[in-house]
Amino acid sequence: MYAFDFERPSTLDEAVAALGAEGAQALAGGQTLIPTLKQRLAMPETLVSLTGLAELKGISASGGVLTVGAASTHAEVARQTDHPGLAGLAGGIGDPHVRNRGTIGGSVANNDPSACYPAAVLGSGAMVVTNAREIAADDYFTGLFETALEEGEIITALRFPIPEKSAYVKFEQPASRFALVGVFVSKSEGGVRVAVTGASEEGVFRWSEAEAALASDFSPAALDGLSASAENLIGDIHGSPAYRAHLIGVLTKRAVAAAA
Amino acid sequence: MPADGGIGAPNKRREDVRFLTGKGRYTDDINMRGQAYVWFLRSNVAHGRITSIDTAAAAAMPGVIRVFTGADFEGVGSIPCGWQVTDRHGEPMQEPAHPVLAQGKVRHVGDPIAAVVAETAEQARDAVEAIEVEIEELPAVVDMKAALEEGAPKVHDDLTSNLCYDWGFVEENREAVNKAFDEAAHVTTLELRNQRLVANPMEPRVAIGDYAAHNDESTLYTTSQNPHVIRLLMGAFVLGIPEHKLRVVAPDVGGGFGSKIFHYAEEAFCTFAAKQLKRPVKWTSTRSEAFMTDAHGRDHVTKIELALDKDNNFTALRTETYANMGAYLSTFAPSVPTWLHGTLMAGNYRTPLIYVNVKAVFTNTVPVDAYRGAGRPEATYQLERVIDKAARELGVDPIALRRQNFVTEFPYATPVAVEYDTGDYVATMDKLEEIADLAGFEKRLEESKASGKLRGLGVNCYIEACGIAPSHLVGQLGARAGLYESATVRVNATGGLVVMTGSHSHGQGHETAFPQVVAEMIGIDPNMIEIVHGDTANTPMGMGTYGSRSLAVGGSAIVRATEKIIAKARKIAAHLMEASEGDIELKDGQFTVAGTDKSVAWGDVTLAAYVPHNYPLEDIEPGLEETAFYDPNNFTYPAGAYACEVEVDPETGKVTIERFAAADDFGNIVNPMIVSGQVHGGLGQGIGQALLEQAVYDENGQLLTGSYMDYAMPRADDVPFYAIDHSCATPCTHNPLGVKGCGEAGAIGSPPAVVNAVVDALQRAGRNVTHIDMPLSPSRVWEAMNQ
Repeated sequence: MYAFDFERPSTLDEAVAALGAEGAQALAGGQTLIPTLKQRLAMPETLVSLTGLAELKGISASGGVLTVGAASTHAEVARQTDHPGLAGLAGGIGDPHVRNRGTIGGSVANNDPSACYPAAVLGSGAMVVTNAREIAADDYFTGLFETALEEGEIITALRFPIPEKSAYVKFEQPASRFALVGVFVSKSEGGVRVAVTGASEEGVFRWSEAEAALASDFSPAALDGLSASAENLIGDIHGSPAYRAHLIGVLTKRAVAAAA
Repeated sequence: MPADGGIGAPNKRREDVRFLTGKGRYTDDINMRGQAYVWFLRSNVAHGRITSIDTAAAAAMPGVIRVFTGADFEGVGSIPCGWQVTDRHGEPMQEPAHPVLAQGKVRHVGDPIAAVVAETAEQARDAVEAIEVEIEELPAVVDMKAALEEGAPKVHDDLTSNLCYDWGFVEENREAVNKAFDEAAHVTTLELRNQRLVANPMEPRVAIGDYAAHNDESTLYTTSQNPHVIRLLMGAFVLGIPEHKLRVVAPDVGGGFGSKIFHYAEEAFCTFAAKQLKRPVKWTSTRSEAFMTDAHGRDHVTKIELALDKDNNFTALRTETYANMGAYLSTFAPSVPTWLHGTLMAGNYRTPLIYVNVKAVFTNTVPVDAYRGAGRPEATYQLERVIDKAARELGVDPIALRRQNFVTEFPYATPVAVEYDTGDYVATMDKLEEIADLAGFEKRLEESKASGKLRGLGVNCYIEACGIAPSHLVGQLGARAGLYESATVRVNATGGLVVMTGSHSHGQGHETAFPQVVAEMIGIDPNMIEIVHGDTANTPMGMGTYGSRSLAVGGSAIVRATEKIIAKARKIAAHLMEASEGDIELKDGQFTVAGTDKSVAWGDVTLAAYVPHNYPLEDIEPGLEETAFYDPNNFTYPAGAYACEVEVDPETGKVTIERFAAADDFGNIVNPMIVSGQVHGGLGQGIGQALLEQAVYDENGQLLTGSYMDYAMPRADDVPFYAIDHSCATPCTHNPLGVKGCGEAGAIGSPPAVVNAVVDALQRAGRNVTHIDMPLSPSRVWEAMNQ
């Protein structure tokens, strides 16, 4: 990696100020950023560690909402019991090493098209809370590795409305074991959400036809005859767009079965 | 189990104590006083002409000691190829030059263009980024058949084409084979690819060059499977250093699987630069560099045809294979698709007529060479797949078809030049049916059906040829090396022994298994024996470890040297006991005079050898140290039968291996625990090839699978618990231990079992699928099911 300065602020305000500097880059759990730096694919002047910020810590449920501090590790999210669908997703990310270092805020800020968390955030209709505002999931994910975050804006927490039922099922890419396709489904008073990760050239998205079909009948059978479009889906050595489209259907059924 | 820890005892691996406690001493653990570091500038295009290199800015960077380019290597030799294949027409193969640093052209992504030596690796890497190189990109050839088309871009301008050789074997049988096909009652044809693999040993390659000006001596520390071979190739052919001025040390090596047999440019560079700069120069490969510079494996495209008569006897076999050499000829690359592949095409069967044609092709890809099995997996895969396909076409049981055509009488001379000394293919198949519980398959099939899964059973046999030999024969076949092995046995005054072997352990457990052989012969505790290997300064000239040869060839050398030790010790014992030498018996470390109660202990004799006060000095010299070189008079022929049961998820195409059984005949077994470990590892790699691994280039020669994000390695949860057996032993008839070798069997025998099982599962489910190319990834299986 190239040489860089390192700062570890202890308050959110200090972190925001540090990230205002030219060439500054936030560092959360580092599970994507550190390998990128090692490959010399990024050259930040300053890394601003977010691990010292008390404002980003803690997981609590109240009034039907689970608030997860952005610096919570996947392992911590996996241990909470208020939102089992989210816990199951977090417990299946990477390996124990990744789960004990990687954070939900880092993953959601990075928005890797094959990451698991974006499916839960979008599929739960969560709010992304930052130092400046709250952003609805539907407005947050804007493309591959792209989000509504402004330069220097820090995610402080995720607020998940706790659904009646939810589950995440992923099909792993054989090499990386990231999601070749992952589907998060939830059913709550507000309706049914189906969010798909791993599959699209444009990142995580909602499969609205499946949501409509499930709204009146939340069962795998409700999806019979429904197939996702292969348009704009990723094609690579691990699977064609048609295969990914097929998997979306299969995994959605499985997720509904797991949630029901 | 022997109580004495000798031959047959499952002794725990003594080397594992240091490996598992972090005390191993690998090449990267070695750091020399004044050591500098090299980083290579590597081509990011597959094919191009270097129009300019400007190193001025790089040379001025902090810490930079020197920047090297191809121009610094004028007068330095080409990296040599160790095997010359003669083609169908009696002409030698086309053999291009292979410079240490690119001369004028780059020929694959990763080809080294320049190198910076600096005080730290990071400084060297920074300076590499400051080298300004201009490359005029040329069209790349990646596909082998396209590379042979008229007008295809040439990888090497000075060769007539991209064809390295067009080999026919046995050329004299060509017409007879064609005739047999014309007369066949049934012909089964199969086209397949044995995909390109990356060896991926846990330890990446490392090289440290060192130079002592006071005595003009160079030392290379390197991650090698055969340090003497590197000393000879690099010293004699590349750098012109005589062997007495060049020492090569391969200390603990963390796996090789073939990829560390070969002489690589980075070894020559570090040795050369250390002498130029009078400083040690170290290179440690990154994993990314390993993907684009370690020799790859396999990469054959084959059409195979099997002819049968009306009674389903095999009458002839005909194959046409395109074998990818990559951009240069790696050390033993030409031998892999020819003598290590064509000679195995008879398999376990009495096929009277065989013709193998192999076209070796240059492409703008990483050189391809031996990888665990080397030619034999390619032979086994195509043969066992086509037999399975034939059985389906004929509507006969694939096991019965195999049994019907087994070789049953030994020795058996195949029509492809080799003679199997022993074997019992019926016994291994019987054993397989037992340990795989084939009788219970139908019940398991029903259980799978009940859970919505497609179950399939795949069975196959394999034979391999290990311990390539004898030297005079392989010389006729084009090897530019001998294939003997050496051992020096040094007995100390107090009775302990040091065995110096020319073979090399990089995971095989030599330090544990070899002492068991010597201990058995003398009747002493194996802990009295130490093994030394891996340093040309203190081991006799040996050929190293590959091709499952170390026990069969290296172990036999140890036996021969130990026999010489015992013969001399017997003379000393006879003198001490004032008896006739012919009456001396050695048992349990005691020399006795037959028919008397006279005895002297092993330690009394060894002490006398070094304190020769009472000693037959007029007849024999003091001391007890002997060397032997063993050159086998044939290959060994391990063989076996494997069975795989898979479940396929019909919704996703995902294959899971539910059961895997392996019945192997390795001849006599020295350490059954180590043998089991070797089989487990080989099966893991073979299953990895069958289901997961593939190196993929795009049409421009860019490696799409350059990291573990896209190159899928097998993990623990990809493989089942294995049922293995090696009790069906027919000892090798021509080496003193009766051993055959076990290191590659698992990797050779398992891919066809997996593919046969998946095809079986799909056919049982009514899908008209006759073949799927490896790896059987979920998407490929799904596409085959839905074609």
